[in-house]
Amino acid sequence: MNFETTIGLEVHVELKTHSKMFSPAPVSYGAEPNTQTNVIDWGFPGVLPSINKGAYSYGLMVALALHADITRQTHFDRKNYFYPDNPKAYQITQNEQPLATNGWIEVETDNGKKRIGIAELHIEEDAGKNQHDPDGYSYVDLNRQGTPLIEIVSKPDIETPEEAYQYLEQLRQIVQFTGASDVKMEEGSMRVDTNLSVRPYGQADFGTKTEIKNLNSFNHVRDGLAYEQKRQIQTLMAGGIIQQETRRWDVDKKETILMRVKEGADDYRYFPEPDLPPVTVDDAWIQEVQAALPENPAQRRARYVNEWGIPAYDAGVLTLTLEMANFFEETVAGGADPKLASNWLMGEVSGYLNAEHLELKDTKLTPAHLSKMIQLIEDGTISSKIAKKVFQQIIANDTDPEEWVRAKGMVQESDPAVLTPIITAILDANQQSIDDFHNGKDRAVGFLVGQIMKQTHGQANPKVVNQILMSEIKKR
Amino acid sequence: MDFFKHDLAAIHTQLVNGDLRTSDLVRDTLAGIHATDADLAAFISVNDDAVAAAEAQDAAGIKADAPLAGIPIGIKDNIVTKGLTTTAASKMLANFTPIFDATVVEKLHAAGAITVGKLNMDEFAMGSSTENSAFHPTKNAWDHSRVPGGSSGGSAAAVAAGEIPVALGSDTGGSIRQPAAFNGIVGMKPTYGRVSRWGLIAFASSLDVIGTLTRTVRDSATVLNVIAGHDDRDATSATEPVPDFTAKIGDSIKGMRIALPEEYLGEGVDPKVTERIQAAATQLRALGATVETVSLPHTKYAVPSYYIIASSEASSNLQRFDGIRYGFRAKDVKNLDDVYVRSRSEGFGPEVKRRIMLGTFSLSAGFYDAYFKKAAQVRTLIAQDFAKVFADYDLVMGPTTPTPAFKLGERVSDPVTMYMNDILTIAVNLAGLPAISVPAGFVDGLPVGLQLIGPQFAEPTIYQAAAAFEAANDYVAQIPGGAR
Amino acid sequence: MISKESVAHVADLARLSFTEQELQEFTGQLDEILGMVAQLDEVDTTGVPATTQSIALNNVMRPDEATAPMSPDALMQNVPTHKGTLIQVPAIIDKEED
Ligand SMILES: [Mg+2]
Ligand SMILES: [Zn+2]
Repeated sequence: MNFETTIGLEVHVELKTHSKMFSPAPVSYGAEPNTQTNVIDWGFPGVLPSINKGAYSYGLMVALALHADITRQTHFDRKNYFYPDNPKAYQITQNEQPLATNGWIEVETDNGKKRIGIAELHIEEDAGKNQHDPDGYSYVDLNRQGTPLIEIVSKPDIETPEEAYQYLEQLRQIVQFTGASDVKMEEGSMRVDTNLSVRPYGQADFGTKTEIKNLNSFNHVRDGLAYEQKRQIQTLMAGGIIQQETRRWDVDKKETILMRVKEGADDYRYFPEPDLPPVTVDDAWIQEVQAALPENPAQRRARYVNEWGIPAYDAGVLTLTLEMANFFEETVAGGADPKLASNWLMGEVSGYLNAEHLELKDTKLTPAHLSKMIQLIEDGTISSKIAKKVFQQIIANDTDPEEWVRAKGMVQESDPAVLTPIITAILDANQQSIDDFHNGKDRAVGFLVGQIMKQTHGQANPKVVNQILMSEIKKR
Repeated sequence: MDFFKHDLAAIHTQLVNGDLRTSDLVRDTLAGIHATDADLAAFISVNDDAVAAAEAQDAAGIKADAPLAGIPIGIKDNIVTKGLTTTAASKMLANFTPIFDATVVEKLHAAGAITVGKLNMDEFAMGSSTENSAFHPTKNAWDHSRVPGGSSGGSAAAVAAGEIPVALGSDTGGSIRQPAAFNGIVGMKPTYGRVSRWGLIAFASSLDVIGTLTRTVRDSATVLNVIAGHDDRDATSATEPVPDFTAKIGDSIKGMRIALPEEYLGEGVDPKVTERIQAAATQLRALGATVETVSLPHTKYAVPSYYIIASSEASSNLQRFDGIRYGFRAKDVKNLDDVYVRSRSEGFGPEVKRRIMLGTFSLSAGFYDAYFKKAAQVRTLIAQDFAKVFADYDLVMGPTTPTPAFKLGERVSDPVTMYMNDILTIAVNLAGLPAISVPAGFVDGLPVGLQLIGPQFAEPTIYQAAAAFEAANDYVAQIPGGAR
Repeated sequence: MISKESVAHVADLARLSFTEQELQEFTGQLDEILGMVAQLDEVDTTGVPATTQSIALNNVMRPDEATAPMSPDALMQNVPTHKGTLIQVPAIIDKEED
């Protein structure tokens, strides 16, 4: 029997706001527990929420970037459930009228391009964090409580684990380039919930789906879904049945493990949030967001190729992350040649980051320094060989490359007025080499250049030395 | 200080002139509370630190343009007060100390008023008799064998018995107006959103309003002047400009058009109460107003609609009381479920549980459309009834309650009869309207109230009519026999 | 007629527990209240919008500006049990929500 697979992805993305969705407490990561909160985050008796307009605008921005239809008249709803990280015992979210509906993302498949639909995007507040300690208690930290989130729900269009991977990769890139979120799974600013079902080809109804949790990277998502797909098909082939359950991806065992069986649907008792008046999104607001929407990755790639002559492959690599793309553009804006900037970023810089397991932001390298260094190479101030030393310095230290090469005496000597007397003196002292040169022995030149370099401590510009030497030697 | 004889303006004059020191006034008030409240039981807690605040006020001096400076006030115990235990009359919050002040408290303190204590109420404002307090019932100021009404029963009784000149209450379905009527004082429920809810422990968010309980109409307007206004911390607070609520007090009501809905004098309303309201209509006509009979056809659906909406919102609002971050946590809890279930089951009283159950049911899967949504649609029709009447009339009048105060214990085990007691006040909350209850005489020696309802933000018109009616009578001069 | 089982299910959703006798009592009272509520069925609400807010407000929002967080000491003041600035609860058996 042949089966077809249906995969659903629910992606939560944390928005990069200054303050929380419904409270003015700061959004900040890695702080001591409960030091970034206020009475609203704690759900104290008597507190009330207020809507963060900046967060809503970010939501609209993401929705526009995903080609979704903005809901013009909407309101917030309460989703009721008890959990220690959920202080009010309800989450303020959008249930009846989500922020936007009907978006899409295009992915590359073996059969060409495919559009995967987005059913809806809604805006809501994040929960706090529970931690489980070996002392037998659990502990609650509400720093994350109230952080603005967008939940992006896919349509049942994803048919393979690879498509799920591609969808997430595209989604991450598109959202990141809006600037609305860092979208980093390892930092929790992007979280993925998945579900998967299989059914025999031709069957109209979807099969029973299982949810898979603990998928902490795109690779885990692909691997976990692939395992689950196989498990379900094997179970059905063996005459078994799939029950509605939640399973956990075990990274070490590389298998999904049953967490709990779902008994009936959850009853969240949604109803309109009475503490918040409705939200109307008018044309002016959409236009304002549209105007502020930065170029998407595809637009940037096209510009690199068409305006700067960067090869398509390189443009693709440079736009993998917003950080790299911005770094590249700032380097060019600083005056560096786009091709040289691209070469350095894809070569030395990437090599360094890979070797050291770092990201750009973890280094001391700035676009201004890289740009200046590239210009020093272009104008002959430093040699490519010296440039490698300069690069090691500026990526590890906050050093101005020009000041550094001057202080270290690494500047190339290109001035004929300085080099000519040195060269003529060396020629005067090496009549044998001049004779050899005129007798057709080319290596004589190599010897003379070596002498000049020795005399100038290697700082003579080889190109200039060569020109003067040839013209001088021919005179003799 | 005899609060029966001196209104806020009179006390203010004495304070400004230096005939009276704030600290003496507050000491005197605290002593009066300690004496009277042993029997009346209007307070949950008394703020003995008030004297220190009063001494500070003395040092600062009383300014002529600060009518509430140095005035002792009582606060219903569902309004949070920084550092002062705030219980909502629940075991759940018996030891809860707020770490911030409600906006109304901030405003009152900024105006120089001094909080002398926190007033008893039905637990989480759910009830009409103050018998649902987890601590003790409060007595009616006029007859200690009767209820003071509720849920702001402590606020009403304390003012009526002369313990304090002013109290704040909250009104979700009549909780200011009904106890004001039962105690023969003035109770004002402003337009929804007129007063910030920041710091009011939520019962039903779309209905809750903070308001005043005072002896006179002018005192009510004076206090509302201080507590009204937009608050950025309450997204549902109105942006409407705040007028001087005393401005039209004393103006003639000649030509005012007043509607008397036939449903408000119908079945279930004590004929003696009807008689008082008809007498009031006659008086208002004599003062130059026209009073005509109209119909508010959806009146009888207000009670069921209200109970669904209020209970649904409450079921969600009260979920935060889970024993984790504050409030009561049951002893010897073994697991998380114990913390939730045992803390809530032991911390909430029966009426609160009843409403949580009704609300949870109304929102649950499969019942939402038939209950919550239906009630919210009926709410629209009720608001439309009023809108139609207000197209032709300035105010709507009627009794505040169908009967005078009932006996303590009489209805406590009969929730439906108790709920029906709110029939005349509830529609006002569903429509977000302002309404006042002013004393309208006595039935068998017990006070009854005249309710005046206005369109949204028409408080000045309400005060104008209420003051005219008050001036035409001498009910303010009548003092409950049991007090002092 | 509401069943005792439905009442027990609602109690479960609301995290409340009742003794057998209380459950009996509540079922009766809830039934009576729902009987009163049944009056609403008489009202034709076809095409009538639901009212969930009392006054007409729209787009009440604040700018994305952070204010200083509150002191954890003040916030912890009413916490039944805590460890440092963490709120302590009995061990949570794994059950994720979203
Ligand atoms: Mg959601
Ligand atoms: Zn979500």
